Formats: sequence, structure tokens, C-alpha cells
Amino acid sequence: MDYEIVIGLEVHCQLLTETKIFCGCSTNFGNLPNQNTCPVCTGMPGALPVLNRKVVDFAIRAGLATDCSIVRENVFARKNYFYPDLPKGYQISQFELPICVGGYLDIEVEDEKKRIGITRIHMEEDAGKLVHPEYEHGVSFVDYNRACVPLIEIVSDPDMRSSAEAVAYLKNMRDIMVYLEVCDGNMEEGSFRCDANISLRRWGAPELGIRAELKNMNSFRNVQRAIDYEVERQSDILDNGGVVVQETRLWNVDRGISMSMRGKEEAHDYRYFPDPDLLPVVIDDFWVDEVRRNQPELPLAKRQRFVVDYGILLTDAEVLTSDRNLADYFEAVVKIFPRPKAIANWIMVELLKFLNDDKIAITQCSITPQGLAELLKLIDKGTISGKIGKQVFAQMYSAADNDPELIVTTKGLAQMSDAGELTGMIDEILAANADKVKEYQDGKSKMFGFFVGQVMKRSKGQANPQMVNELIKERIG
Amino acid sequence: MELYNYSLENLGELLDKGEISAVELTRSVLERISAVDDTIGSYLTVDAEGALIQAESADVRRRKRDNVTPLTGIPVGLKDLISTAGLQTTCASKILAGYRPEYDATVVSRLRSAGAVITGKLNMDEFAMGSSTENSAFQKTCNPWALDRVPGGSSGGSTAAVAAATAIATLGSDTGGSIRQPASFCGVVGMKPTYGRVSRYGLIAFASSLDQIGPVTLTVADAALLLGVIAGHDACDSTSVDLPVADYYKRLKNDIRGLKIGLPQEYFGAGLDSEVEVLVRSACGQLAAAGALVNEAISLPHTDYAVACYYLLATAEASSNLARYDGVKYGFRAENTDGLLDMYRQTRAQGFGDEVKRRIMLGTYALSSGYYDAYYRKAQQVRTLITRDFEKVFADCDVIVAPVCPTPAFAFGEKVDDPLAMYLSDILTIPVNLAGLPAISVPCGFTKSGLPVGLQIIARPFAEETLLNVAWQYEQLGGWSRRRPEIKKKAV
Ligand SMILES: [Zn+2]
Repeated sequence: MDYEIVIGLEVHCQLLTETKIFCGCSTNFGNLPNQNTCPVCTGMPGALPVLNRKVVDFAIRAGLATDCSIVRENVFARKNYFYPDLPKGYQISQFELPICVGGYLDIEVEDEKKRIGITRIHMEEDAGKLVHPEYEHGVSFVDYNRACVPLIEIVSDPDMRSSAEAVAYLKNMRDIMVYLEVCDGNMEEGSFRCDANISLRRWGAPELGIRAELKNMNSFRNVQRAIDYEVERQSDILDNGGVVVQETRLWNVDRGISMSMRGKEEAHDYRYFPDPDLLPVVIDDFWVDEVRRNQPELPLAKRQRFVVDYGILLTDAEVLTSDRNLADYFEAVVKIFPRPKAIANWIMVELLKFLNDDKIAITQCSITPQGLAELLKLIDKGTISGKIGKQVFAQMYSAADNDPELIVTTKGLAQMSDAGELTGMIDEILAANADKVKEYQDGKSKMFGFFVGQVMKRSKGQANPQMVNELIKERIG
Repeated sequence: MELYNYSLENLGELLDKGEISAVELTRSVLERISAVDDTIGSYLTVDAEGALIQAESADVRRRKRDNVTPLTGIPVGLKDLISTAGLQTTCASKILAGYRPEYDATVVSRLRSAGAVITGKLNMDEFAMGSSTENSAFQKTCNPWALDRVPGGSSGGSTAAVAAATAIATLGSDTGGSIRQPASFCGVVGMKPTYGRVSRYGLIAFASSLDQIGPVTLTVADAALLLGVIAGHDACDSTSVDLPVADYYKRLKNDIRGLKIGLPQEYFGAGLDSEVEVLVRSACGQLAAAGALVNEAISLPHTDYAVACYYLLATAEASSNLARYDGVKYGFRAENTDGLLDMYRQTRAQGFGDEVKRRIMLGTYALSSGYYDAYYRKAQQVRTLITRDFEKVFADCDVIVAPVCPTPAFAFGEKVDDPLAMYLSDILTIPVNLAGLPAISVPCGFTKSGLPVGLQIIARPFAEETLLNVAWQYEQLGGWSRRRPEIKKKAV
């Protein structure tokens, strides 16, 4: 292509605080419309905002994790515009003095590392939600449960050069925010959302081209599709000698295209000014240090710790730490049954297969860390073989049964480890297959597997395979 | 003497001794309202039923000696921008007609827990924008001393009510002089506390960084008692200050000998009515005779810029504060509109009065991209300079004394078509709001035509104690408080 793609992203994270940013209402999702409201978050005349300091903690946390400097004097500003979901006619946000500035996030695309600058992170309140009922045309309702829920907006520098880089940045950012317990990262429900600024320029051109802002992309895949579509749209315009219009465009998921929402001339003049109802928030070293001390471990650090502390492979550690909840699950099992390698193996091979097949998250898994630990203990003790273990595992998973010992007992799956019993069985099989014993002793070593197989078959898989091996070897050398 | 004519302080004593009941007192005030308020027009809403119920429970409290305060059983009226749960609160604007708040303002909760009886809601300039109460969307309020004159504004209903004895005491709000100027016009005591001293939670905002609720009363002692109830930190208002509240009443009689009083030259310049000047200067003479040290040559050099600065900042904040009146959630919504944008436009065009629209437009302009630095930011810088003027003066003075308003009450219609002339009516009160200082207007005499004039006293931030002390001492020297106008009933 003749053009260099320039992408900057604005990410909005809904914070996992229990109460809203400027009032005591719950942030709980899924309550009845307008159940989580009070005079403050519905913008009643005379009601005043009071800052939830937890929001500042979370914003500092996000800033520290992305190597930002923390701005010591924070000012909230009003962003003025009219919309029915905005109860006060302005959104309380930050403008001239955001809480974090000048950070970065490292990404990796096709084995190439790249550093993406972060311009700023600021705190703000969310708006409510319009509800358009199907039963009545031309009428809309407003649900203010989401109004005043805390957000941070993370603005990147225009450092990304492809949709793949943008997606890598977003994935990485989401991992970090989930790890920090700052945000649940749910893109479908909108608690992690992103707008993209995209422009093209001729290779080597010093100035940025005219950009379009893309909104309404509610999955990583849609971010990729929307950016690719936009790049194509703009390069078509430029190829034909046209000029890209500065505008905001809305991605239409169903049609796979974006459409103009508003142009530059319709752009709002938000008339930002410092909110006189809130005092500047002064953040001292003590405050930053306290957040730093309680900062949750980030994916990279956790990965390295897993390799060092648990002696597992880096590739396994990468998978286990790819999801904060999975990492927590792994560590919970290790705590009960300290055989990290075996546990990692079981999670990687068995557990994830089941979860992927059912497309569910680890948090929805019916096998508890305790249950998995008990199962692995049974294998370790030799009560069951690994193979039987897999059967028990499947049973536990499908029946949400976390008592493997009971499953083993009721189904009679315990391993045969009685040497006398096994010897009798082996002797019978060897006697019945004297010809094959001869072949084996004549050098056809493959035959060994046949004898083992026969024993396993006769024992319905319950014979202790290690003992079977040893006993057969003892008999036929 | 009828009960409604007594001061809050005296009524408290009578109630304490059991000589009168809160119900009797409340009835007396309600009867007074029926008798004269169709002439004065101080109330927008009278809550007679609610008041009597509160009076009964105040009597029970007094009988049981259960948490009795000087306000227990005292009928108090509220400016109609102070939110009262379930009781219509309109800001004298059509856009809030029928609006009943779901919660009480902090000052209202404090009054209720002190046992005060809330009589109703008082007229004002729409959204507190004005200096004559002529901008009320609903009615005119007359000056009880001269029915053809304005009571001042924006808390004109609050001051007229105290002057006409349709309430024992009231609360007003002061953004640029809105308590002090009408108190001066109506011959009552009106006080603006330090910004942050009284919670703004539930006060419907005009200009958030300037608004402050304060008492309007017959005497300085009454103001001290009422302020004692409403002052203090409130966790619901981030701008309220967590400082101890002194017992203002107890300290009223402190000696003022040796107290340093400054008279700012700039407040005695051109435009000051000569009768007003004479009354203010003679009040200063009395204070000096009582042992205060009066310095007539102090200077507040940035005074000239105050009005311009104020009309940029106050309108900027107002343009944003009033955005919530969009017809979506409460109050007035225009009918037969075509879509969302038209609903907004029609609702606000029909719902707001001219002065409110004028200020919204001014403020919107001041904040617009490209103008912000020249107007809003510059005005903030000027505000800092004005604040510093006062800081410098207060290094050598304990209080500043000045006129409240360049003129006594003016006639209806005199300035209503000349916004600039109306704005200049606040020239001597606005700097105090910009600097966040406490100030009071105390009656200091009458003009030859019988119009009251107020003396303005200004103190250091959070020095309400000193302010009330000086005001009380002057009140004893001057003896102008407690006078009542004779209200000639309008012919029906
Ligand atoms: Zn709320």
C-alpha cells in the first residue's frame, strides 16, 4: 500500500468499585431500571457530587501499571452537552489536569516487540442508558443505573500502524486492567470499550493525515474489521484524489461497514471548565506509595514467578497467566496439592479442552480447585491410574461432582495394585499366548505391549500399569 | 404586641417560659400572612398545614424538654431555591413549576432537627438572577416600607417577609449580594456567611463557587441564633469546610474597643447616593466613638473589575448549572414538539425568563472554545487579585465597613429594562462573594423619604464571630433594627 496507517485508541474502562464515583449508589449490573439511583446521580436540582476516593486509587493503579506519571493536583472539569442519558447536562470528567500522563504499553505482533505511548488517563462518570421499548413507537425511557458509574479513559499516542497492533494493544490493556482488578474487561456488556482514531499518510510524510474516529466496536474482532474497513475506505478516497473528511463514524456490526455519525462542523464545543462543586484532589507520595504497595501482580511478573517458583515451562506459564482467573485457579490447586507440574499438565491438557469445547470461562467451571486436587491425589497415591483419572475427571466435570473418591468407589474404578492378583492374571495370559511369548523372546520386542494390553483388558483398565510392566518383565525377561 | 412582631430571640424566651406555644405563634404568623401577604407577595407557597403539624411537635418537644434549641417552634420561611422534600420548590421559574424535591436540603434537615417550623417558600428573582425580585416568573414582591418600590433581590421575598413579619426569620442565598442588598432595602439584618460555612447541598445552584445560604432576621442576635443552627461541615458538600462552629450568640457582646475598622475608598466613590453615604459615615462615627479604631483610607484597588469578573464567572457556571432543566426528568416540558432537539429548544425557550436566558447565553459564550482564555480564565485571574486585595487589607484591619448598595430601594420598572444599571446595583456586594468572605447588612437609618439603608460589615474568612459581634455592637449604638413598617393594605 502507498500509505502508512496511523492509529490511536481511546479505551474506556468501567471501574470495579462497589459504589458510584460521586454518590453512594451501587454499581451492581442488572438491577431494575433506576433502582441504583439517588438525587446526585439523577442530577436533581441542588444535589452535589462527592468524590469516591477508591476511584482515584484505581486510576493510580492503572497509571502505575502503564508507567505513567501521576499528576499531583487533579481537577475535575465539566464537559457540557445535552442528551437525555446525561442527567445534569454535563459530564464530570477531567480536562486540563488528568490523573496520569506520559506512560506506555509494550505489545508484540508476529514476534516483533513495540512500545505504544500512553498520552493520558483520566477519571470520569458514565452516562445512563436510553431504552427504546418495542411496544411503543416514538417513546424512550432512561435508565440512570449506569449514570455516575466510574470510568477511566486511557488515551494512547497515535503509535499503532496496523489493525493487528491495535488489537494486540487492546488485548494487552484489557489483560492488565483485569489483572489489576480495575475492570472486568467485558466488551459485550460495554465495561471495556474502545474508540479508534485512524488516518493515513504517504510513507515518509511528516504530518498526520485527516483522521476519522470510529465508535461502537464491541469485540476485538470488530475492532480489527472496523479498522481494516476504514483503512480501505480512506485509501480508496486518497487513491482517487479525494480528501478524507474529519468525522465520527459508527461501526455497524451486522453490515460490516461504518457510517458517518457526525462531521467536524457538527462536533460539540464541550465548553470544559473546572467543576466548582469539587475541590482539586491533591495526590501526595504517601497516597501513590500506598497504591503501589497494594498493586496486584501483573501478567508478566506472574509468568516469571510461575516459571521460577513452580518450575513449569515458560509456554505453560504463558497459557496459565493469559487469564487472571486461570492463574488463580492453578495456584489454588497448587496450594492444596503441591505438584505444580502435574497440575499445570492437567489444566493445559484436560481442563482447557473441556472449557474450550463448551466455550466457557474458568470461573464457570464445575470442577473446583479442591476437586481437581483430590483427583490428582488419588492418581498420585496409585488409587487410580492416569487413564482412569481422565474418566473420573469427565464425570466430575459433567456432573459437577467434586468428590472423586466417591466416584471411584461407587464405580469400582480403584486400581488393581495387588501383586498376587496381578501375577495370577499375567501368568494365565502368558500361558494362553505361549507362541507370542516365544516371538517376544526371539526379539520381537513390540510384543511386550500386547501382553500389557491383554492385562489391562482383562482388568477393565484397572490394573496398575507400572506394576503390570514390572511383573511381565520379571516373567519373560 | 402581636406575636409575629417579636424577634426570634424574644420568642425563644417566651416559648421557654411556657408563656406562649409554638402553635399559637405559628397561627399568629399564618394569620399575618393572610392579612398582608396579598399586598406584599413574599410567599410563593405557604404550607399552613405542615407548619401547624411541625408546631405541635415543637410544643411536644418543649414540654418533654427533648432536645430544645432556640429555633424549636420558631416559624421560618425559605427562599424558593432551597429544596424541601415534598414541598414545591420552583426557583421562581416556570421551568420548575410543580417540581417537588424528593429530598431536603442540608439546611432544611438542620432546621427540622432543631425543631423549626417551616412556613413556606419565598419569592425571589428567577434562579436568583436579579436585584429586585422583578424577575420572578410568578409574582411581584413589594417593599414593605414603600409598596411602589422593589424589595431588592434576589432574596426579596426573604427580606420582605421578615420586614412585614410574615415570618420570624428566613433563609436567603447570596451569590453577588442577594441577601445583603434586599436586607438593606427592607431594613432587616441579612448575612452572607463565608463560602463553605453553610452546606449548599440542596440549594439549587446559580453559581456554585459563589452561592451561599444565610440568615435574614429582625436583629443581629436572631441572625447569630439561626446561623448557629445551619452552619457547619456537611459530608454531602465537598466545598463545605470542616471547621468548628463557635457559639455566635454567646460572643455577641464582646468588647469592640481597639477593634480596627477599615473604610475602603473605592466603596465611597461616584454613584453613591449622598443620603446613603451620610448614614454609613455616621454609623462609622458611632463605632469610633465606642472605641473602635477607624481607618478611612484603606484601598481595594481591583474593585472596579469586580462586576465584569463576576458576570463572566457567575454566568459561566450558571450556563452549565442550568443545563439540567431540559424537560426530560422534572418540571416543565413544552408540548407539541418535534423530536428531541425541538423539545429541548421549546422547553428552555418557554420555561426560562429573559434574564435567565441572557445569563445562559453570556456564560455559554464565555466558555466557548476560542474565548475561554480571554474571558473565563482571565476572570479567574482577576478573582485572585480581588481576593488578594482583601487579604492585604485584613492584615491591618479586623473588619471592613461600607455601604451595601449605592442607593436605597428603587421603584418598580426603574432598572428592569437596563440590565447594566441593575448589575451595578451589586457593585459593593459582589467583591465579597468573589473573595468568599462573610459579610452582613445591618440597618443604619432611613432616608428622608423613609427608605431603610443598610450598613455592610465584612470580616476575614470564617470570622463570623467577629462579624456578628461588631454588627451587634453597632445595632445597640444605632438602634435601627426592630422597626416595623406600617403596611397599608391594598384595596381589594
Ligand atoms: Zn446515586
